[in-house]
Amino acid sequence: MSAAIAPAGLFDCRDAYVRTVEELAVQDDRIVAVVNDSVGSSKLGKFQERFPDRLVNVGIAEQNMVGVGAGLANGGKIPFVSGASCFLSARALEQIKADCAYSHANVKLCGISSGVAYGELGATHHSIEDIAWLRAIDRLTVIVPADPWQTAEAIKAAAAHDGPVYIRISRMPVPELERDDAVFRIGKAERLRPGTDIAIIANGTLVHHAVSAARRLEVDGIAAQVINMATISPMDVEMLAQAAATGAIVTAEEGLAHGGLGGAVAEYCATHSPVRMRMLGFPGFLPTGSAQWLMNRFGLNADGITAAARDLLKVKAR
Amino acid sequence: MNTRIREVSARANWMRRRLITMIVEAGQGHPGGDLSATDIIAALYFDILRFDPAKPAAPGRDRFVMSKGHCTGALYTALAGAGFFPEEELQTYLKPESRLNGHPNRTYLPGVETNTGPLGHGLPVAVGIAVAAQIDKADYRVFVLTGDGELQEGSMWEAAMFAGHRGLGQLTVIVDRNRLQQGASTEDTNALEPLADKWRAFGWDVAEVDGHDAAALLTAFDAACQPRSRPLCIIANTQKGHGVSFMENQAGWHHGVPNADQYALAMAELEAEMAA
Repeated sequence: MSAAIAPAGLFDCRDAYVRTVEELAVQDDRIVAVVNDSVGSSKLGKFQERFPDRLVNVGIAEQNMVGVGAGLANGGKIPFVSGASCFLSARALEQIKADCAYSHANVKLCGISSGVAYGELGATHHSIEDIAWLRAIDRLTVIVPADPWQTAEAIKAAAAHDGPVYIRISRMPVPELERDDAVFRIGKAERLRPGTDIAIIANGTLVHHAVSAARRLEVDGIAAQVINMATISPMDVEMLAQAAATGAIVTAEEGLAHGGLGGAVAEYCATHSPVRMRMLGFPGFLPTGSAQWLMNRFGLNADGITAAARDLLKVKAR
Repeated sequence: MNTRIREVSARANWMRRRLITMIVEAGQGHPGGDLSATDIIAALYFDILRFDPAKPAAPGRDRFVMSKGHCTGALYTALAGAGFFPEEELQTYLKPESRLNGHPNRTYLPGVETNTGPLGHGLPVAVGIAVAAQIDKADYRVFVLTGDGELQEGSMWEAAMFAGHRGLGQLTVIVDRNRLQQGASTEDTNALEPLADKWRAFGWDVAEVDGHDAAALLTAFDAACQPRSRPLCIIANTQKGHGVSFMENQAGWHHGVPNADQYALAMAELEAEMAA
């Protein structure tokens, strides 16, 4: 599947990813890239030209790719292991658990073209289960950046972090978000809009839709706060407690809601601050359709978030 | 060479007595595979590998990766004997809160390179370490011990193919070829032969040795330490349960615990061997 050029004002986060890895590689010769025949889909062609000895292509072999990444970390490298997130997370799940997380190997796992980016290629190529699987693994940091800036910051933070990290790198076109405080820290969420009536918690490609939804709700006099929960493991529970104080939470993500961000928020709220919720995400194996069609079909857009928020507020009012 | 052989043999004998005692005290373990791997591990830790137990993370250390991670009796006795942790700690094997888990854990036990246990993990990690050495032109060596049954895991062949492709001359895999897996012989389960041909076809040099002959092992490992342009597979022909008569070649001793009489007999046999 050839990558479409992102429309004006929208960006493919893979570009921020490779630009940042290249910048880091110039400064730190421990940085290496490991791929499973995915030089093109990971956009690492230029990295390979600039650092031919530091791109390790294991071929189509994800289990070996992650094991080799753990070995490179043992040898003092900081490997960015990049592959389509559907294969990286599923095929190499035990290597991620044992070789990276349990062994505390300093491996940076980059799940490329996550979510439903592969649209029509179907459920084998969708990576909507990755967050549910990977956030179950102890001591693995899991990050879902929302835009190019946050992707770059997450890559830098991952490189500086001692330990394994999984980062979702989306290819779905997204705008650069507007922020007052542009600071990224692992484990810290950012509140993009304030509001006390309801909280919308999103990550990745859904964050800009959450902001749009909050703007629409504001027209109706509803103050919706928007939280970008970019780090899922560990979660920013302080921010979560503040969101729960509104009495109503809508979560939205490009993945399975059960087990994913929605599940994570629900677990915390059920045991700490019980609150009414709606969880927007995909239900399971999906029908044929483009990425955009699938997002719209399952209400993963500003319309869907707005409708869920209104519906939830009716329940809250009772 | 004779001094080296005597040292390795004495250490192996001590490891056998110690690991059987550990298994009896713990009430569980994998004595069959421990005893087939003991001489290989003794030769590596007490002669071949270059390391400082006080600096287990020193960048230039030789690496040993225990791909057959369930054989911790053999690994832990070697690590303790080599000074990575006190010998008295072996008494805690498998006890609550012990650092000596049923499978090795590098996050709390010095000397362990990567956490293994599920089969098929050690070789890919060892290949990654050897790639790091290749990129850095570092001169440390990477040894990895795999069970033979473990070679039924596909990830081992993904790694073998890539090691051959990269010409990882600092990498040596030793196959503990005891011909038995948990329930039956490897050849009856999912045959590995012709095993040497398989490794050669993947771009490796291959040597075969008696895995219980210290002199043969040291000769093979000395050769492994010479400059090479291809990875090396040493097929070490071994016996499960080697050194204890009633355990030898018995699949039933894959896991198991000797009773009091069996323990006494095992110790007597090993002490007699030591005296000989």
